[in-house]
Amino acid sequence: MLALSLGTLAAVAWRAEGAAALGPADWAAVRFTLTQALLSAVFSTALAIPVARALARRRFPGRGLLVTLLGAPFILPVIVAVLGLLAVFGRGGLVSQALSPFGLGPLDIYGLQGVLLAHVFFNLPLATRLILQGWLAIPAERFRLAASLGFSSRDIARRLEWPMLRAVLPGAFLVIFLICMTSFAVALTLGGGPRATTVELAIYQAFRFDFDLGRAALLSVIQFGLCAGAAALAFAVAVPGALGTGLDRPVLRWDSGAAALRLQDATWIGLATLFLVLPLGMIVVRGLAGLVDLPLSVWQAALRSLAVALGSAALTLALALPMAVAATRLGGARGAALQAAGTLAIAASPLVMGTGLFILLFPVADPVALALPVTALVNAAMSLPFALRTLTPAVAETEAAFGRLADSLGMTGRARIRHLLLPRLRRPIGFTLGLSAALSMGDLGVIALFADPGQATLPLQLYRLMAAYRMDAAAGAALLLLGLSLGLFWVFDRGGRLRADT
Amino acid sequence: MLTLDRLVIEQGDFRLTADLRVEKGRIVAVLGPSGAGKSTLLDVIAGFLPPSAGRVLWQGKDLGPLAPGDRPLSMLFQDNNLFPHLTAAQNVGLGLRPDLRLSPKDWQAVEAALARVGLAGLGDRVPAALSGGQRGRVALARMLLRGRPLMLLDEPFAALGPALKSEMLALVANLARETGATVLLVTHDPQDARAIAEETVIVADGRTHPPRPTAALLADPPPALRAYLG
Repeated sequence: MLALSLGTLAAVAWRAEGAAALGPADWAAVRFTLTQALLSAVFSTALAIPVARALARRRFPGRGLLVTLLGAPFILPVIVAVLGLLAVFGRGGLVSQALSPFGLGPLDIYGLQGVLLAHVFFNLPLATRLILQGWLAIPAERFRLAASLGFSSRDIARRLEWPMLRAVLPGAFLVIFLICMTSFAVALTLGGGPRATTVELAIYQAFRFDFDLGRAALLSVIQFGLCAGAAALAFAVAVPGALGTGLDRPVLRWDSGAAALRLQDATWIGLATLFLVLPLGMIVVRGLAGLVDLPLSVWQAALRSLAVALGSAALTLALALPMAVAATRLGGARGAALQAAGTLAIAASPLVMGTGLFILLFPVADPVALALPVTALVNAAMSLPFALRTLTPAVAETEAAFGRLADSLGMTGRARIRHLLLPRLRRPIGFTLGLSAALSMGDLGVIALFADPGQATLPLQLYRLMAAYRMDAAAGAALLLLGLSLGLFWVFDRGGRLRADT
Repeated sequence: MLTLDRLVIEQGDFRLTADLRVEKGRIVAVLGPSGAGKSTLLDVIAGFLPPSAGRVLWQGKDLGPLAPGDRPLSMLFQDNNLFPHLTAAQNVGLGLRPDLRLSPKDWQAVEAALARVGLAGLGDRVPAALSGGQRGRVALARMLLRGRPLMLLDEPFAALGPALKSEMLALVANLARETGATVLLVTHDPQDARAIAEETVIVADGRTHPPRPTAALLADPPPALRAYLG
């Protein structure tokens, strides 16, 4: 893992050419990367506060479903979401159509506003979940005490909610900032041009269009520096776990019965739901028509993507499980260091890793021929932080409960894995496999660097259809990709839950 | 014979010494207030915790270099004595082979051990489908099958009711006599010691006192025990 993160970095550093080679366009990319990440994080967290508050204090049918839906964008392929957003907010989309009778519009989604829109689409749900966790972590007794003291909503906000937000918001903000720093697919589809190019996209362009490996490598070093800085900040602030569960119970409140507050909460929940559901609904509606006569190339790409996703999922588990076991066994500072090494993948962006691997592979093999295995490997590395977050606590819990029994019976090596770890970890393993398979299925990153037309994955094929304005086929392919991603996650996660309670 | 040779156990502020011998085939209660280090002492004997100084010997052989699973002993913990994802028979079978690759003959031995503890025909059940007492019996069946000469019991029946507990202790005593095993039974209840232990070891005030006949000890408790019994 370290070799992959740092080795590829060393490779790009070696090929990077002096900073003098950085043109004004490159500096513009750095500025744009920081600006859009900052604004995306600001909008996502700011909008998430009222939504999370409404979800925390209201009970209504479908609330559980909505909370689950908030987790969905995590495994939603970026390119599918972009297509859905285009169908709603694009030039010919729903909103533009609704505006045209008033002589307004059409909307222009390309550029900074489009990038922000897509990032908020992905990260508003994440921020909402993180903040909702904070809300639900406030003990119910405090609200009861507040009610018995006659606190108004304003008092509660000041005494209970604001301190919680102050603890939760910086972490949520930084996570989203970090995610948006490495944004590639969004910038590729909705950004571009001199005014809306991220560093990640600039790497791709230097690599793919100019074939200027030196500049791509230099940009990779810059990207790594930016992300490492943000990651160091995030570590210092103790980022909250995004995968937590137990969000299904609303807090009992006595202060929020007023009609105005009810209306306010209903509005926020309604708007957030529409914002999330409309683009997905458009994918389904438009995709169903396109699904009937998909070009053969789409089906072939789908098969390739499935193979990459399954390989990547297996690889993720093969990397993460031994690391989780080792981290548990070492314990303390050394265990934490091992986990931190796994989390390095957040800082090493996929394109940085891809560029590094290209530089390393180029002298010994044809990188294009290895496009699919390299994609699976990089995808696995990107899933690793989430896999470790899921598996390490589960391994630690299992070892704490049954480690001594297994030791006393002499269960070591394979016997311990087969009869203790695998059966006890079915659920987290299923979740890990599902998550990494879905993330890999929908990833449009490294594959764009390497692949020639004969080996496109489904997301790349979809991008090509979009670029060629074959929107019907693109909509069909998007629905297929959506179904495959969610289906992969569901199958694995479900498999892990079966008989998991015995 | 189990020998604790000038054993010193240290964990932060905690310190416990032990220098004693337990004859082979004896059932010995380890009695003392909670926090005195009874469980810690068993952990050192079982090999989960290295001593700061001194040795643990069985029949004159130093157990220090042996991993917990390789020591001539079986241990029952306070809880989690069974793997919840395995059946009763599989849990017992682990006593024969940790990788569970058992021959038909092995499975017969498993079934016989289950029958001996009164669980004939219940081998297919998972622990969740057994009562607390039955779970204890499964763990004892595994101990029986492992056939190690030393049995360490760290209050495994503390969660059971009084009647069930004395029933389980009687079963332990019977199994030990049948197999000639030596038993160390940690408990905080003098009744348990009186019920099955010929000898009792007091752990108190950082010291492990050598074993003395239980009846005499309880009839005329030394100061350390008197303070505990109240």
